[in-house]
Amino acid sequence: MLRLEPRRSPSQAMVWLTPILAVLATMIAGGGLFMALGKDPVDAIYTIFVDPLLDPYSLPEIFVKAAPLILIAIGLSYGFRAGIWNIGAEGQFIMGAIAGAAVGLAFYGTAGVWLLPLMALAGIVAGYLWAMIPALLRVKFGTNEILVSLMLVYVADQFLRAMVNGPLRNPQGFNFPESRLFHDSAQLPILFDGTRVHLGVAIAVIIALIAALILSRHIIGYNVRLMGSAPRAAMFSGVKPPRMVIFCLGLSGALAGLAGLFEAAGPMGQLTPTLPQGYGFTAIIVAFLGRLNPLGIIAAGFVMALTYIGGENAQLALGLPKAAISVFQGMLLFFLLGLDIFVRYRIAPKRREVA
Amino acid sequence: MSVLLDLSGLTKAYPGVIANDDVGFDIAAGEIHALLGENGAGKSTLVKMIYGLVRPDSGEMRLHGAYYAPGSPKDARAAGVSMVFQHFSLFDALSVRENIALGLDEATKPRELSQRIRDVSREYGLPLDPDRLIGDLSVGERQRVEIVRCLLQDPRLLIMDEPTSVLTPQEVEILFNTLRLLASRGVAILYISHKLDEIRVLCDRATILRGGKVVGTCIPRDETPRSMAEMMIGEALREPKAKLSVPGRTLLRLNGLSMTSDDPFGVSLRDIHLELHAGEVTGIAGVAGNGQDELLSVLSGEAKVAPGMLMLDDAPIGDKGPNARRALGLQAAPEERLGHAAAPEMTLTENTMLTGRVRQRLDNSGFLKWEATANFARAVISQFDVRTPGVATQAKALSGGNLQKFVIGREVLQKPRVLIVNQPTWGVDAAAAAAIRDALRALAEGGAAVLVISQDLDELMEMSDQFAVIAGGRLSAPRAAGTISIEEIGRLMGGDTSTAREGGTAHAAT
Repeated sequence: MLRLEPRRSPSQAMVWLTPILAVLATMIAGGGLFMALGKDPVDAIYTIFVDPLLDPYSLPEIFVKAAPLILIAIGLSYGFRAGIWNIGAEGQFIMGAIAGAAVGLAFYGTAGVWLLPLMALAGIVAGYLWAMIPALLRVKFGTNEILVSLMLVYVADQFLRAMVNGPLRNPQGFNFPESRLFHDSAQLPILFDGTRVHLGVAIAVIIALIAALILSRHIIGYNVRLMGSAPRAAMFSGVKPPRMVIFCLGLSGALAGLAGLFEAAGPMGQLTPTLPQGYGFTAIIVAFLGRLNPLGIIAAGFVMALTYIGGENAQLALGLPKAAISVFQGMLLFFLLGLDIFVRYRIAPKRREVA
Repeated sequence: MSVLLDLSGLTKAYPGVIANDDVGFDIAAGEIHALLGENGAGKSTLVKMIYGLVRPDSGEMRLHGAYYAPGSPKDARAAGVSMVFQHFSLFDALSVRENIALGLDEATKPRELSQRIRDVSREYGLPLDPDRLIGDLSVGERQRVEIVRCLLQDPRLLIMDEPTSVLTPQEVEILFNTLRLLASRGVAILYISHKLDEIRVLCDRATILRGGKVVGTCIPRDETPRSMAEMMIGEALREPKAKLSVPGRTLLRLNGLSMTSDDPFGVSLRDIHLELHAGEVTGIAGVAGNGQDELLSVLSGEAKVAPGMLMLDDAPIGDKGPNARRALGLQAAPEERLGHAAAPEMTLTENTMLTGRVRQRLDNSGFLKWEATANFARAVISQFDVRTPGVATQAKALSGGNLQKFVIGREVLQKPRVLIVNQPTWGVDAAAAAAIRDALRALAEGGAAVLVISQDLDELMEMSDQFAVIAGGRLSAPRAAGTISIEEIGRLMGGDTSTAREGGTAHAAT
């Protein structure tokens, strides 16, 4: 018989091995799921994980998908480290997209390099302010930021629908609930011709690198780590918990808002009700898959983007239902959290019973 | 007396350290046997083996002559071995009976259990009401709950880990009477303590551990505390330095300091007046849970009060945070080493940053100078003889005494003008405690004001120039050390306020 035995100290090797094991376990369990759906499991896994890397159309799309996931997950990771749970990045993403798009549409037809930075700023501010609602409610009244931020996702979603049906609707759009297509100055420059890889992809990676630097070498990052590791010691050190709540929610809101604007001004090119794709929720998985470490999050963002693109391919090529792909992604977080026990425990043979 | 527990050749190695090396001795039925040793000498490992928490690599234990190898504490309890830990495992919001029921191996009806608790507590002179909430009990009473929990299982061997560190002198007497009664009925007691005076009064025999090995057995009555301490550390003890008794000017003034506690189990501070002078050590005694933690948090800046309640150099600082106070030279070291004074999972370098950043200028507009921080950590480690493989070691990997030396050293080396410490030598061995006391006295002699909050009266008597007692969140009027008797202190600690500044309650000590 086997039993779990606490390790003397958490295994650093396991910290980085569990995400890989989780991906493998997801492939196996996902294969079982696809088999139950009557598909060839090896073929399905190959279609999801390998085909996109070989296909010149799919490969750049991975970058396009990874960018918002990385941006949002970076913001979330600081809060998750400090024990502040923003579950509503999706809402902040939507609000950022609306505000940035509104600025772009307000200057419709006006050329200028200043316009995109202004839109980005609007996206950041909108995401930040939307996150301030749960932050201030928690600081002032002790509400639970998980519930408040989550509920605000649905408010933001309805707000988006109201906007594209009202003030931001394309006047020449035959009453379709969509905005105008942004003019050139309001669209993110493409980095590689013939792809949709936009400037936001590069910015997401740069922000992740800056986040890594701050986490390891700046007092802000130190305080975030200290708060998560030992809250009382953090207070003794001089960290003010309310400020930490505002900082972490604000940062994740701002980055989610920026990601929203990038999505609108990048691959979408307009504001539509289908803009929110669940990036704000998937980014939670990305943050944990990347071990709340900015560099790990870059890698995790690409893996998760791969399952999106590969999943779409599998839907088309193999006729897998969309829900199966969502289950597949959910499994990843499930296995990651489950396997995390091996960071602190190891498997040992069961000790013989003592007489 | 017949041999109850016979240990021979017990060895337990952990990666890099042999915690117990061929340990062997025996405990007779009805004997009170002391286990002495510095931190890291291997006492806890040995006790954990006896209590079934750790399995020896080799060697054997015999209980009543029969082979004894407990696989878990449950096995140990079934064999008649019980243990009272230094840190209690009780739930504040549950009653005495509920807490005891949680620790028993067999289920008992609530009413029956209450009766048994009353019977046992009366029989052994440990008054206890089964229906009271743990949160309402004093530390001494909480310990009684732990002891009664053990006694309900009719132990043949009772292990007690540092039981008196949290008790008033009166409570210590009660505990000793109980232990003597138990011994007279044939129960063996393995008694772990650093307090050599107590061991001389209480114990029949003592086994001394050093570096994981048994280095001697003695009859404590025939020894002096000094000779036992020297056996423990294997070298001659240094005498504490003589006191300098010319108080300098007032550095920190507590001016009617009051703070209402938000925590239902916390203690509110009421109208505390105290002046800390340059060159002086001030001692504050008191039973744990009478406002010491709250006092430290108010002085460290974790809790804030009206500005004028705290005056540093005649400037109000009551509303300033920890870092602003550190910049002004007011530093603190809280009691709880892991989780409060230090972050357990962070390295010693990172833990140096915890309080050192402002005063040691360990950052450059927010960017942290890790190399300079590691150097400062190395200085703390070498000057305070912290035994650790290096600055990249996690704080929780250090033994209690070593981490405490690090925590105190981290503050002392920053040359504070006022240093507040809570329980600086709690759970620390004699040599480390002496080093810490020396460092604090040297700091005061260098012109700093030092405030020592402690439950160790001997320590306070040895170190302090002025002395006060905290009970129920009130502080007695400070007195010059040497003008107050142990009995008087005991009364003050018990909440007798006739000599305190004002009449007050001391619910936690009744």
